[in-house]
Amino acid sequence: MKIIIIGGGKVGRTLVRNLNDEGHDVVLIDIKSAVVDAVGDAYDVMCIEGSGTDITVLEEAGVRTADLIIAVTEKDEHNVLCGIMAKKMGAGRCVARVRNPEYYHQLQFMRDVLDINMIVNPEYLAANEISRILRFPAAMHIETFAKGRIELVEFKIDKDSPMADIPLFKLYSDHKVRILVCAVMRDNEVIIPKGDFILHAGDRIYVTSTHIDIAKFINKMHVDNQRVKSTLIIGGGRISFYLARMLGELGIKVKIIEQDMDKCNKLTDMLPKASIICADGTDRDVLIEEGIDSVDSFVSLTGIDEENIIVSMYAKQNGINKVITKINRLSFMDIVEGMGIDSLVTPKDITADVILGYVRAMDNISKIANNEIRTLYRIVGNNAEAIEFRVYENPDIVGIPLKDLRIKQNVIIAAVAKGNKIVIPSGNTVIDVGDHVIVVTTGHLKHLNEILL
Amino acid sequence: MNFKMIGYLTAKIMLIGAAMLVPPLIVSFIYHDGCHIPFLITIAVFLLLSIPGFIKPKKTHMFAKDGLMIVVLAWIVFSAVGALPFYLSREIPSYIDCLFETVSGFTTTGSSILTEVEHISKSLLFWRSFTHWIGGMGVLVFAMAIFSGKDAKTTHIMRAEMPGPTLGKLASKWQFSVRILYGMYAFLTFVEFIMLLFGGMNVFDSLVHSFGTAGTGGFSVKNISIGYYKSPYIQYTIAVFMMLFGINFNIYYLLLVKKFQKVKANSELKTYLTIIVVATVVIMLNIYKIYNGFEMALRQAFFQVASTVTTTGYATANFDLWPQLSRTIIFILMFVGGCAGSTGGGLKVLRVSVLVKSALSAVRKSVSPKRVLTIKNDGRTIDGNEVEGVVTYFVCYVVFMFASLIVLSLDSIDLETALTAVVTTINNIGPGLGKMIGPAGNFHDMSVLSKIVLSIDMLAGRLELYPVLMLFMPEIWKR
Repeated sequence: MKIIIIGGGKVGRTLVRNLNDEGHDVVLIDIKSAVVDAVGDAYDVMCIEGSGTDITVLEEAGVRTADLIIAVTEKDEHNVLCGIMAKKMGAGRCVARVRNPEYYHQLQFMRDVLDINMIVNPEYLAANEISRILRFPAAMHIETFAKGRIELVEFKIDKDSPMADIPLFKLYSDHKVRILVCAVMRDNEVIIPKGDFILHAGDRIYVTSTHIDIAKFINKMHVDNQRVKSTLIIGGGRISFYLARMLGELGIKVKIIEQDMDKCNKLTDMLPKASIICADGTDRDVLIEEGIDSVDSFVSLTGIDEENIIVSMYAKQNGINKVITKINRLSFMDIVEGMGIDSLVTPKDITADVILGYVRAMDNISKIANNEIRTLYRIVGNNAEAIEFRVYENPDIVGIPLKDLRIKQNVIIAAVAKGNKIVIPSGNTVIDVGDHVIVVTTGHLKHLNEILL
Repeated sequence: MNFKMIGYLTAKIMLIGAAMLVPPLIVSFIYHDGCHIPFLITIAVFLLLSIPGFIKPKKTHMFAKDGLMIVVLAWIVFSAVGALPFYLSREIPSYIDCLFETVSGFTTTGSSILTEVEHISKSLLFWRSFTHWIGGMGVLVFAMAIFSGKDAKTTHIMRAEMPGPTLGKLASKWQFSVRILYGMYAFLTFVEFIMLLFGGMNVFDSLVHSFGTAGTGGFSVKNISIGYYKSPYIQYTIAVFMMLFGINFNIYYLLLVKKFQKVKANSELKTYLTIIVVATVVIMLNIYKIYNGFEMALRQAFFQVASTVTTTGYATANFDLWPQLSRTIIFILMFVGGCAGSTGGGLKVLRVSVLVKSALSAVRKSVSPKRVLTIKNDGRTIDGNEVEGVVTYFVCYVVFMFASLIVLSLDSIDLETALTAVVTTINNIGPGLGKMIGPAGNFHDMSVLSKIVLSIDMLAGRLELYPVLMLFMPEIWKR
């Protein structure tokens, strides 16, 4: 694919390196000649000095024939404008980084109205990752669909799991969980389970739902025996805000220690459930006073890597099991990992990973060439595909309850996104035009129609 | 310095050397000139040297200095081994002379030590001119077009070998850019070859002169160079093609993809053409009396100007016998050189225009010190670092020239000969001024020391100084 990256910061460079290694045609646009020179020296890509909102520069980069534009400059507005311009000039798709929390509630609107295919928010993604680690450490693998609103999570069934040895329909009805088991890996074989399927210990299952429902499911099933109940966050930046909100929704008690009074006031306004402490979170006495020995998880999110590391080590010393440390600079990650800190989170890396995932999915799709497919992941060690279809006019499927559709044996409809509402399908679910349908199959599908016998 | 990696990559490039000797070997078989044994031995030497290229070192990290080192090393080894066919065939008895001739070939200089070119075997003459063609666009560039660029940070190498202060990439991957470049290069060479055939030149001569023109080299197979061919058609054809090969190859790419606006906006091209036109007109008026007829004067002036400014070095007239004004203009043109990104040597039009512009702005500033001035090229402001880079390059260039001049003075030759010998080699032109090394003479009678210094000058000029200067830095040799 031909990919144009605008902005050669850390995320931009990570993308350049990985995408170039994967054999894509990469063009980097950056306004600073130093960046252009450095990247041009280090990687075999085309580098152009100039602004991504300059038509001549975009033209020079070959925007008309580009499959994807990734705008990751410092400024949100600039990124969005780059995306819009590139799209209008003929680029295939665009990804823009938008990080200002003020835009957070209108991202959906911006995506739809401004025709930007993907908006990434590094802080939000980092918070999401941290919350995932806190929510289900047992989850082995996570993919997202419908712009992050549907998750596909992989679990292993333990011996004493309540899920073992009962049919799936009983599992759903007894526990009242809104989830769907869409693929099972047993003895190196992939099975698309029906309602009467019985799970055994040692199975690896793939579950789809929204992340809230998956969290509830996990708690009910005791998949994770170390359920996190409370967390202490050091630093009150954007990640803390998103994280506290996510954890709040899950009923986890959140305490944030932040030095800056203004920030504390703002956070208190925005996060009524969380308790906000105005103090120096790197002070030992403060930590003791705020009960570092009574929480079961700890997240250090200050702007200084060294402080994060030290504070995390202290938390670990106090017997906290789950300690998560944010690191911005990557060079010394391997040293830190050897120091007994559980989980390191690097927002820039996560952002790059998410974009890379998007590019890979897009690449998979481009090999099929079709506008119905929105996302495609190969799961269960490449033995099955999870595909997100957008539903167009289709008299064979639209408007008919699922129980009346004759669906292939190796296909399961795992979830349906109706706008913002996520439906875990049952027999009475009806698919409408404009819905996004997530289908899991052990075969290959090119069109939604192919799910039918 | 990652010497293992340098060795590995340099050895790999030696395979190209072996492959390069195949065409002259074929020529040798066609003409039965008995030179196939020396060529086969040389191929064997190249293959032997390429053995380390099959053992990949563990540490593959490379930085700018490693890239520069590979370039210099490859060029030196290519010249040293490439000189063997001349030596082994005993047609040039002294190895230093062979080396001088080969360096002159690869660096597309075209200065020769041969007093009687016409007596040399055809296959050796072919090899001599073929080195021009390979050296013009670059040996490593050629290697890159063939090998996959995955195991090397190729940009460093490209930067060192491609002529000119800036580097224009045509496609996002080097390999594709390089293939496009070589494609256009080969195509233009082929067109010239066909056109020379139409002019009545025989196949061998057309081929050899096309190579010489394409690489802006200047080796001819005749003692009096292109002057041997009396046909105005041939002289014009070669002159026009010399001019074409002095143009930045990116321009041809832009024409190919039909971006005519960008070609029009290219100020270097305009300056280049203006220089040629003005110099031709002035010289023509100056030499009008010597030649009978307007056409003859125009042709001689145009040919010599094109030959000098593109640093080719072909001649149709002994310009050393021209009036002083014409000689001086030719001398000045030696410094200008072709456009950046062409096969021509010299300072490059782009650098010259930046130098002139920055000098002018300095003068303006001295009049009104608070004035803010920027230097522009193609409507784009060149930032201070870039301007400084060009100025520093010029300083190095001048210092290097003076240093060589001092060594050459040991030879007790007159100043004009010594100076133009240095100027013509460092700018990769070919003939100098004066009786000895003018278009009618050659470098045969220079001392061994002078020949070595001039060989270094040629290499330094072709690789744009820094890679060669780097070798004289002691810290590069420390681990």
